[in-house]
Amino acid sequence: VSFKIVDGPIDVAALNAEVLTDYDGAICTFQGVARRYSRGREVVHLEYEAYPEMAERKLEEIGEELRVKFGVERVAIHHRTGVLEIGEASVAIAVASPHRKEAFAACQYAIDRLKQVVPIWKKEVWSNGEQWIGWEGTPPAEAPAAAGDRR
Amino acid sequence: MTMQVRLFASFRQDVGAGRVEVTLEDSPRVRDLLAALRAQYPALGPGLASAMVAVNLEYVGPDYRLHEDDEVAIIPPVSGGGGA
Repeated sequence: VSFKIVDGPIDVAALNAEVLTDYDGAICTFQGVARRYSRGREVVHLEYEAYPEMAERKLEEIGEELRVKFGVERVAIHHRTGVLEIGEASVAIAVASPHRKEAFAACQYAIDRLKQVVPIWKKEVWSNGEQWIGWEGTPPAEAPAAAGDRR
Repeated sequence: MTMQVRLFASFRQDVGAGRVEVTLEDSPRVRDLLAALRAQYPALGPGLASAMVAVNLEYVGPDYRLHEDDEVAIIPPVSGGGGA
């Protein structure tokens, strides 16, 4: 229903309320959270940066994929940017559907896909340094060669 | 011709700007843009090889032909979604 890049805390209750209708018997809500311990290092905080116009478009495309693949129509995804303290949610995904099975499956697919194709970047800041984190090994399934050259 | 290119994350930080200008021969392809960026902004470094390019908010391949008014962005490896 709404696909947004936001620069403040994500209101998960509002996200759930936004997707829920009288047709639904389940809401599956996923939150990705800033973690203290990462790759053997202690994280002080995280910083997220987005290419907001493209990120919102890619989030909408994920919503459309969920409709086609899982038949779910009530989806909201908000991703936060800026500085996040440990324990704060960087992303929240809410999927409402009549039954739980599609909601679970769609929610899992959405976060996996988000990590592949949505132009958002995370920087880990440690007490003694910092690093931008990139994809480990696998570039997006939606590879340039597959998506490009149509005009 | 001259194109504006948007930079994000590590590239933005390494170059010190979120937007750079790059000078290109006429009717360039994405691969030409990357070569020109490499030459004109050495600070982008070897990471450019693993970046993707977006034109008008869509990922495109190396053969894609650019136009002067396209919105072009260099997309470093993405990492949204939190610690999960």
